[in-house]
Amino acid sequence: MAKNLKLIFWVAGIAAIAAGSWAWYDRIAHGHDNANYGNLVPWGLWVAAYIYFIGLSAGSFLVSSLVYVFRVKQFEQVGRLALYSAVVTLLLALLSIAADLGHSFRAWHVLVYPNFISPMAWMIWLYTAYFVLILLELWFVLRHDFVVGGRGTSGRASLYRILALGNHDTSEAARAADTRVVRVLATIGVPLAIMFHGGVGSLFGVVSARPGWHGGLFPILFLVSALASGGALLALISAIFQDGLRRNRDTVVALGTLVLGLVLLDLLFMLSETLTGFYGNAQGQVQNLKLIYAGPYWWVFWIWQLGVGTLLPLAILVLPTRRDARFVAIACGLIVIGFLAVRLNIVIPGLASEQVVGISAAFESARVTTDYVPSVMEWLFTTGIVGLGLIAFGIGEWLLPNHEGTAAEEVSRV
Amino acid sequence: MTLAPESSGTPGEAPEPAGGATVDRREVVERLLKIGAASLAVAIASGSQFAPLLAPAAAAADAKQTKRYGMVIDTRRCVGCKACMVACKSENKTPPGVSYTVVVENGFGERPGDRPLFMTKPCFHCENPPCVSACPVGATFKRKQDGIVVVDYDRCIGCRYCMVACPYQARYFDFGENYAAVAEKTPYAAVPSPEYRQFRVREPETSPIGNVRKCTFCVHLQDEQGNYDQAAGRWPACAKTCTGKAIFFGDFNDPDSAVSRLLTQRQPVRLKEELGTEPNVYYLL
Repeated sequence: MAKNLKLIFWVAGIAAIAAGSWAWYDRIAHGHDNANYGNLVPWGLWVAAYIYFIGLSAGSFLVSSLVYVFRVKQFEQVGRLALYSAVVTLLLALLSIAADLGHSFRAWHVLVYPNFISPMAWMIWLYTAYFVLILLELWFVLRHDFVVGGRGTSGRASLYRILALGNHDTSEAARAADTRVVRVLATIGVPLAIMFHGGVGSLFGVVSARPGWHGGLFPILFLVSALASGGALLALISAIFQDGLRRNRDTVVALGTLVLGLVLLDLLFMLSETLTGFYGNAQGQVQNLKLIYAGPYWWVFWIWQLGVGTLLPLAILVLPTRRDARFVAIACGLIVIGFLAVRLNIVIPGLASEQVVGISAAFESARVTTDYVPSVMEWLFTTGIVGLGLIAFGIGEWLLPNHEGTAAEEVSRV
Repeated sequence: MTLAPESSGTPGEAPEPAGGATVDRREVVERLLKIGAASLAVAIASGSQFAPLLAPAAAAADAKQTKRYGMVIDTRRCVGCKACMVACKSENKTPPGVSYTVVVENGFGERPGDRPLFMTKPCFHCENPPCVSACPVGATFKRKQDGIVVVDYDRCIGCRYCMVACPYQARYFDFGENYAAVAEKTPYAAVPSPEYRQFRVREPETSPIGNVRKCTFCVHLQDEQGNYDQAAGRWPACAKTCTGKAIFFGDFNDPDSAVSRLLTQRQPVRLKEELGTEPNVYYLL
């Protein structure tokens, strides 16, 4: 079962990359020509994909911190998988947003010329720090295994020797030191992850020009949905990798319970926003809600986000199927898919209205319209990035040391 | 010499001109004369040392705002001819999909009767511009000396957060699309845009393509002291062209300017006061 699933992962990943490579070429050769976002809806699928992936990363990391900071026993087997997942999804997020920039190769300007009045500058500085931190943490988690695995003459052994960065120490003292470092890094990481992902939410929440986003709920909403989507992703990949369900059955079921709570909390936030919005009856907010629930892309909400991504998995996680790890994994897979719709429904309806009445009729241009649907190029580009993610998990599985019970040992030492 | 400001390389100074995008002045003048754009050619040829228009740090050193440029737009004089949009395009050489000013119909909502209300809508050069706060790299900023909100194309990364943050949709992303005359490399393609006196010609993947662009109150027409001159034609193109003389431009810090007098004599309104942006463009209804 797990073997077949892995095969599906590889095939799907390679197919997605093949499809994406055309779009990557197009983006490089023709810039933003074939993207459908414009001057009234300046952000589209790629920004939605960015907040989707970065939410998965923050969520995965925070779940890993349950292991490395809070020593929660139920999840210790998947601690390193969670950390690896946080690295991979962060890379996918960075790829998505790099493509979205008008001048991708100027991204370093944010580090050299930061404007700290901008929440975007804060967010980028914080996740740069976060990126460095999770790479360090992952290295310290794996260091011992790299050293052990580096003994020998095989290609894999020499690769491990490189990854060990010249480190040879396998003593108990060194391992204890690793554990301490990991604990410190993970502890610093928790407020950092909360700040940077809260920062992503603030980036939207501060924009008073966009009533659908503006408010104090957004940063919190982003954190809860990051945890929900990240936890769901972890349950899904735990069911597939590391010997899959054979090893992680109980962990997957435990993750299912965690995700159930988080998705319910997310639903509560959504209800609160909807009710206060409609009852408050302020024009901008009502317009945004109407676009989500009854706009031209109503099905993104009702079918994709609510049906496939929320109600169906909730049913699975509440009914007796909640005790069957296979069903839990399926439910979590649906949640992971559904969250892309959540992200789309944040970014696009929030932008897709005229800020000045009559502007889209003021001159004729495909770039000056409130109707946005991602182009084929945009979809394929993001499909390719998803493919890269699938392959990265495959490579991680094949490449990274995975000694039975190591994660458990790490924790018992803390 | 190139027409772009000298670069000292320090952050905050006017950045290095993009290599491919700036051209020699003599060459520009020759090209312009060749295609008959004589007035632009004369303007460029007669210009002496240009002061850099995009130097926030330099301006901060003698940080006192002496001018507050803005507009008062009388909607009762506007007939909706859109000459301002055309004038802006021909002045700034903006590409398709980019228009620094637009004429909207019934922007204040539907009116009873059959008389439409037209209004031209440039950038409002707000006192508290949300776009400036949003920019992660400080590429868009409000000039200390006169309050004009500008974009440093060489600093801008093209994230479009400023467009998202602007409550008035005054900002446009340059997708790199071109009008046929430019796409087909007719002589018109060699005509540079005078924006910021950088005289950039359109080249693929080169700024301002991939940047966010906006109305500059035609800041390139200012003289060394930062003054415009209506009689000499150094006046924002939209205001200069307006057939009904609906667009009044000037310095709100000068109590004798036409715009200052209109503010005291008439009942001006500004869009979305509730957001605290304090636009420097007022409407008379």
